[in-house]
Amino acid sequence: MEIVMAFACGFLFMSAVYLILSKSLLRIIIGTGLLSHGAHLLILTMGGFGGSNPPVLADGVTEYVDPLPQALILTAIVISFGVTAFFLVLAYRAYQELKTDDMTQMKGSENHE
Amino acid sequence: MNNFLLLPILIPFFFGMILLFGQKKLGYQRITTLLGLMISIICAFALMLNVNQNGPQIVTFGNWPVPFGITMVSDMVSALLVLTTLVLAFFIVWYGFGSIGKERERFFYYPGVMFIVTGVNGAFTTGDIFNLFVFFEVLLMASYLLIVLGGEKAQLRESIKYILINVISSALFVITVAYLYSVVGTLNMADISVKIAEINQPGIVTVIAVLFLMVFGMKAAIFPLYFWLPSAYAAPPIPVLALFGALLTKVGVYAIMRTYTLFFTHDLAYTHELLLILSILTIVAGSIGALAHFDVKQIIIYNIVIAVGVILFGVAQMNEAALEGAVFYLIHDMIIKAALFMLIGIIIYVTGTTNLRKMGGLMGNYPALGWFYLIAALGLAGVPPLSGFIGKLLIVQGGFQAGNVWTSIFILASSLVVLLSVIRIFIYAFWGEQGQLSSTMNKSTYNLLFFPTIGLVLVSILYGVGTEIIQPFMNEASKVLSDPSIYSDAVLKGGK
Amino acid sequence: MKINNVILQFTAKFVFFIIFFFAVHIFFAGHYTPGGGFVGGLVTASAIVLLIIAFDLNTVQKLLPINYIYVVAVGLILALGTAAFSMFVGEPFFTHFFDYFYLPLFGKTSLHTAALFDLGVYLVVVGVTMTIIQTIGEDE
Repeated sequence: MEIVMAFACGFLFMSAVYLILSKSLLRIIIGTGLLSHGAHLLILTMGGFGGSNPPVLADGVTEYVDPLPQALILTAIVISFGVTAFFLVLAYRAYQELKTDDMTQMKGSENHE
Repeated sequence: MNNFLLLPILIPFFFGMILLFGQKKLGYQRITTLLGLMISIICAFALMLNVNQNGPQIVTFGNWPVPFGITMVSDMVSALLVLTTLVLAFFIVWYGFGSIGKERERFFYYPGVMFIVTGVNGAFTTGDIFNLFVFFEVLLMASYLLIVLGGEKAQLRESIKYILINVISSALFVITVAYLYSVVGTLNMADISVKIAEINQPGIVTVIAVLFLMVFGMKAAIFPLYFWLPSAYAAPPIPVLALFGALLTKVGVYAIMRTYTLFFTHDLAYTHELLLILSILTIVAGSIGALAHFDVKQIIIYNIVIAVGVILFGVAQMNEAALEGAVFYLIHDMIIKAALFMLIGIIIYVTGTTNLRKMGGLMGNYPALGWFYLIAALGLAGVPPLSGFIGKLLIVQGGFQAGNVWTSIFILASSLVVLLSVIRIFIYAFWGEQGQLSSTMNKSTYNLLFFPTIGLVLVSILYGVGTEIIQPFMNEASKVLSDPSIYSDAVLKGGK
Repeated sequence: MKINNVILQFTAKFVFFIIFFFAVHIFFAGHYTPGGGFVGGLVTASAIVLLIIAFDLNTVQKLLPINYIYVVAVGLILALGTAAFSMFVGEPFFTHFFDYFYLPLFGKTSLHTAALFDLGVYLVVVGVTMTIIQTIGEDE
């Protein structure tokens, strides 16, 4: 199972890098989304798999899954949701102001010498 | 158990929330912000004295037993940094009254500042590696708001790159924490320190150490990850730039300092050697940038990069003298960078340009500004008895003790480059023929900008002259950094 | 731009309430089973978005004249206040309290301060999501 997850994470990272390196801003944002999905999946894998055991520790339960990675993923998902939403708004605003979503045309050089 | 150490984090957060109401009432916004920061400063000062008397203070959220809950730890390093952060935020907000512009003030500038202070203080205080990530995100979210606030074209363009860089580094942070968790099975920083010592840092932990260096290095702007910093920081207005330059990169530096003194102390020949080489390269890269540019903002921004290199050089030595120097220099640099950004903000306001070649002859009209700039510039370069001297002295002393003679001499030589780069601004802007002057200048705004700036320069002078008084606190801080067991014992055994 | 789509508008009026009550259900289910403030908040926001799609932004703003920034602020204060309450009674920050009560209609019910914290999260999520959607939707 770990091997499968490793390939899944690797595939997500690969797609994310491909998308982030493209020119279109929208593709880049989707790429960052995939990157954080890969990271979340990696946390889950790194926490170890416990099959169908419950993630709670109660009296009489001896077999349980480590609940911490799930809490971490939840936090990370909420954060990446917020950041992605903000990023999308910003991209929209930038598109309106700069009239382009092509990163090659957003090189900031006029202020510099 | 001591909730008091949370107050410097919670008070700015609370004031940030009540500032979300009444966004159009400028008087209310300004007064509430200053009031909140003042109360926080008093709490942070009391906390620092408390830590000095009773040793590191800890509190674990939700009454969980220690390695399982989220622990907040306030040792001397974090108490000092929290106090500095709040004092700087106070002066920068005051300075902002004259220059940030009503448009931005009405659009959640003050809540943004308060949330950024919350995030920075939380990152300095937390004792849990994942919670560090959460506080990083708090301060980054606030910084996204501040960098784009105003919506000028340059700001929109640069903030996209800034956010992209930070999203990628956050993802890397999560990945690194996942690796670390799979190896040591804990997130509590004190517990991680103990566990890594038990397994005697195998190769995989060294890999994780390098990953952490990449993650925090991207935030701290070390070589070769500083590429985003100059253009991104040049976009927002001066008060925001001062806030970023003084606080945000320093959070990254603090995180490197903490992880490299607390966790990864068993393979110094690899990790700290790498840190040493990178810090030297960072200084070189920063020096080239600082000398190459004729734009005052860029010169000071590249000086941030140089300072990061100097501090990390101190951390890489891993002996008490160098670590004490690193803490000294870190706080010095936070204060003096904010002061310098405020000073060049005034110069830009007076002349209406950022180009050095168009400036000149300001000494005739603004002698006080010139002399205070000179003091700040000399302080940055580390001329005794100003504030940069003692930190650099201790770092170099530590370098000699660790046997890195040539690199220590290099650090000393880099001071000359720093001096040259900032004195160049002095020569071009204040001497010579009368250059360009802004037509929209008015005296009351100038004063509003000038007084907080003087205040901060005076703070930096006091910090330099009063070294004798501050030294015991710094000594305490360096002890915590050089001996990880003080930190981990305080957390795990709950001892005083 | 006004869309005249009778079927969508008619259905949206009903479906809005179904989704909203489902959100409330998810919110309270989060006490012991999957669910909670974050999911509940997103579902509520999606219900409002459905209204915006069916009618338009101005109509919905007249219908629900809420400043969503205030919703965020109230949510944050509620969440922080719940967490900070334990500081005033001498427990560590974020300590939660719960007890069992006999309420009319419900019978034996467990009441938990964590639910108040979750309500804060719910408000923050609704507020933030709607602020973002309004910002993008405003200029057409």
